[in-house]
Amino acid sequence: MKKKYQPISEGSEWTFDLIQKYDEEIRRVAEHYRLDTYPNQIEIIGSEQMMDAYSSIGMPIGYSHWSYGKQFISVNQNYKRGVMGLAYEIVINSDPCIAYLMEENSMTMQALVIAHACYGHNSFFKGNYLFKTWTDASSIIDYLVFSKNYIAECEERHGVSEVENLLDSCHALMNYGVDRYKRPYPISVELEKKRQKDREEYQQSQVNALWRTIPADKHTRRSGDTKPLFPSEPQENLLYFIEKNAPRLESWQREIIRIVRKIAQYFYPQRQTQVMNEGWATFWHYTLLNHLYDEGKVSDGFMLEFLQSHTGVIFQPSFDHPAYSGINPYALGFAMFCDIRRICEDPTDEDKEWFPDIAGSDWLDTLHFAMQNFKDESFILQYLSPRLMREMKFFTVLDDDKKEMLEIGAIHDEAGYQEIREGLSRQYNLSVSEPDIQIVNVDLHGDRSLTLQHKRQKRRPLGDSTEEVLKHLHRLWTFPVHLESLYEGKVEKHYHCPPKPEVDPAMFGVGFNFLGV
Amino acid sequence: MSYIVDRRLNGKDKSSVNRKRFLDRYKKQIREAVSDAATERSITDLDSGETVTIPQRNISEPVFQHGEGGDRSIIHTGNKEFVTGDEVQRPESGGGGSGSGQASDSGEGDDEFMFSLSRDEYLDFLFDGLELPNLVKQHLKGTDNFRYKHAGVVSDGNPSKINIIRSMRTSLSRRMALGGSARKRLKEAKLELQLLLQEDADAEQQAKVELLEEEIKKLMDRLTRIPYLDTYDLRYNHHVKDPIPSAQAVMFCLMDVSGSMTQSMKEMAKRFYMLLYLFLERSYEKTEIVFIRHHTSAKEVDEQEFFYSREAGGTVVSSALKLMDQIITERYPVDQWNIYGAQASDGDNWNDDSPVCKKFLTEKLLPMSQYFTYVEIMPRTHQSLWDEYKLVEGTCGDQFAMQEIKSLEDIYPVFRELFQRREL
Repeated sequence: MKKKYQPISEGSEWTFDLIQKYDEEIRRVAEHYRLDTYPNQIEIIGSEQMMDAYSSIGMPIGYSHWSYGKQFISVNQNYKRGVMGLAYEIVINSDPCIAYLMEENSMTMQALVIAHACYGHNSFFKGNYLFKTWTDASSIIDYLVFSKNYIAECEERHGVSEVENLLDSCHALMNYGVDRYKRPYPISVELEKKRQKDREEYQQSQVNALWRTIPADKHTRRSGDTKPLFPSEPQENLLYFIEKNAPRLESWQREIIRIVRKIAQYFYPQRQTQVMNEGWATFWHYTLLNHLYDEGKVSDGFMLEFLQSHTGVIFQPSFDHPAYSGINPYALGFAMFCDIRRICEDPTDEDKEWFPDIAGSDWLDTLHFAMQNFKDESFILQYLSPRLMREMKFFTVLDDDKKEMLEIGAIHDEAGYQEIREGLSRQYNLSVSEPDIQIVNVDLHGDRSLTLQHKRQKRRPLGDSTEEVLKHLHRLWTFPVHLESLYEGKVEKHYHCPPKPEVDPAMFGVGFNFLGV
Repeated sequence: MSYIVDRRLNGKDKSSVNRKRFLDRYKKQIREAVSDAATERSITDLDSGETVTIPQRNISEPVFQHGEGGDRSIIHTGNKEFVTGDEVQRPESGGGGSGSGQASDSGEGDDEFMFSLSRDEYLDFLFDGLELPNLVKQHLKGTDNFRYKHAGVVSDGNPSKINIIRSMRTSLSRRMALGGSARKRLKEAKLELQLLLQEDADAEQQAKVELLEEEIKKLMDRLTRIPYLDTYDLRYNHHVKDPIPSAQAVMFCLMDVSGSMTQSMKEMAKRFYMLLYLFLERSYEKTEIVFIRHHTSAKEVDEQEFFYSREAGGTVVSSALKLMDQIITERYPVDQWNIYGAQASDGDNWNDDSPVCKKFLTEKLLPMSQYFTYVEIMPRTHQSLWDEYKLVEGTCGDQFAMQEIKSLEDIYPVFRELFQRREL
């Protein structure tokens, strides 16, 4: 099986030539496994540059904001104190796909990163349906350049603090700035610039029409008519709604909201495919490098170093381990892709029962299909096998605040497989892990107040930061903002910004008495 | 095909803008943290950077998220002995990994946000809003060092400083202004003449031609009489003498080392001197320190002896002031040095000596120095020296300041008080 031992290099020093050679070999193997990728742009950077990249959410260009500075400071601090090592790589979903390699890494690590990022992640970006529909790899860098310049221009014109406040508010609502169903159309910088100008004028005119104070058709409005609700249907994309309808924003402010929204949208698929994306990349660096080893292209020393960091990456501490902080997406994703391959190549009776359609099929086809057509939620629901649940020893903890004790729910046994699978899938469903908040009404003809509704899932209330977020929302909307937290159709709690004084019934009593006298 | 790019040479301070914005935004909190640190940290590293801690709560970025409570089910890995239906004690909230859910999900921690400031940033925050009084006014006293500075263009001056471009420009505009109407008329007359000459010559024509020729000649004469360059046109570069502020300062540390000053009092005085030294160092290129200790007689000593050796006996403060005066006249000419005095004492003085101190200070030392501060450390009750110095503060308030320090925590606030930027 093993071919002639002829390693590409020995020793841990890397050179540009070697990187080139490894890249060529890895690409050859990747093509063998039909990994379809964007062209790669591999950039060698220092550790400080890596920290820079870290703190700007991995983007090569970003607008300036204090929160990135805070991020940088804490990364820097942790790195210096040795609390945290830097990730070996950062990869950007762009065309060409940009991957950062740190100069401190050894040759083995560089090869690992190339396999992981440049062929693993890269092929995922190009193949997965979410990335295909929601992001446009070829225009993202252009768009980032546009947004950086635009925001810098606004800072010059309107003052840094003004822009900063606006961005703060936008960031607070960033997770609520994504369309979950509509597909955006990506465009290039030049087009974006041109359209931005047109949009500015058009949008303002639309807003003005909405807020026209002159009653347009008095005659057609009869008394007793129920006021039409605006918006006619609840809106989940809060930032979009504000961008289009907030009464007092200037057009540059609308444009900045739009920029934040666009960037949130760009990252939305990444948030939905964490397990799959990392699992896929980890599976492929493991498979590709092992393939090279079987061909005798890499040395034993290389393999040992590689396996050491590989096992580090997929380490899953158990729940009572001090290092436990939930499920490691690398571990789960890697285990699942390996498991799918196993089911295809070597199915047991149990697998045949649970996965009749893939058991015994071509593993590469199945794997590609899984990568292309799922997100974390559906991927787990579709492919998590009983065997893997047993291996990872999953169990459910039921935490009901009405009960004094925690209860153990389904565990990794016959009765629990289905429930564990559904539960874990739900855990990766963003619409469950984030509170469901939507805009339900704007009081068009009254005080222009904005009303939002939160629907509680399983009685879970909103967190402490809610009031703060409302303040940000209020800053954008400028008129009063109300939030109702509902459980089973009943309002459990009201939030207001500006805060409404609690109406004291005793005071009314006094008032009436006074009048009565 | 893959492209491999070496980006290591690209700038690595991409985040410095963002970092600076962060510091600006939390200036207030950071300054508080810095001032706490200033009194706590050890004397020897007062000069290095500082690790600053501000509450995470103040800098968090709020988002909508689930709060505690409700009915949740969470899936964990690594089951060992649980079976369905088991009941487990609820762990302490926020405690460890055992079953309290995803760390990110269970509310934001109220941790501290800790980070380092560089030395410069630290000092910026430490001395933010402080200034050395009388910096400008006193500089002008020294008359030895001047530098010539451009101060625009003037209409008289030394021929060697003629500004040719400006002079020619004035000349051109003057000639245009004086000769404009004549030149215009000349042009017209020449044109008329030409037309006349083209026609047939009769007597009447001849007379007109002569008249025109006469006029042309007059106009030409008038134009030639306008001088090409007039004294009025001349412009000269102007330079003014600008005094160079002397970039060196000397700081006199005066301390009472009589029996009543304990080691802890000296420690406090030392911290105060440290702060002052750091502060002066930021404003001047070169800062020297002279240590003068005194009991009944004063003596110039080195730092070690100043802070750590003990003496016993009474106190005569004026001896130190006199020594300071002597050292200034010997080694630090007033026109080259900015002189700062900082005196620390527990307030003890020989009663008859205090008025002498006051007189000496107001008449001799203050006119020579930039600023003189007096701190009284842990005074039980103020004695005559305090009262006399109060009088000095009354008469020379802009050059003299005094405060008392009761405990270690007071040092930095007192220091700030002494050097607070004053509105004039």
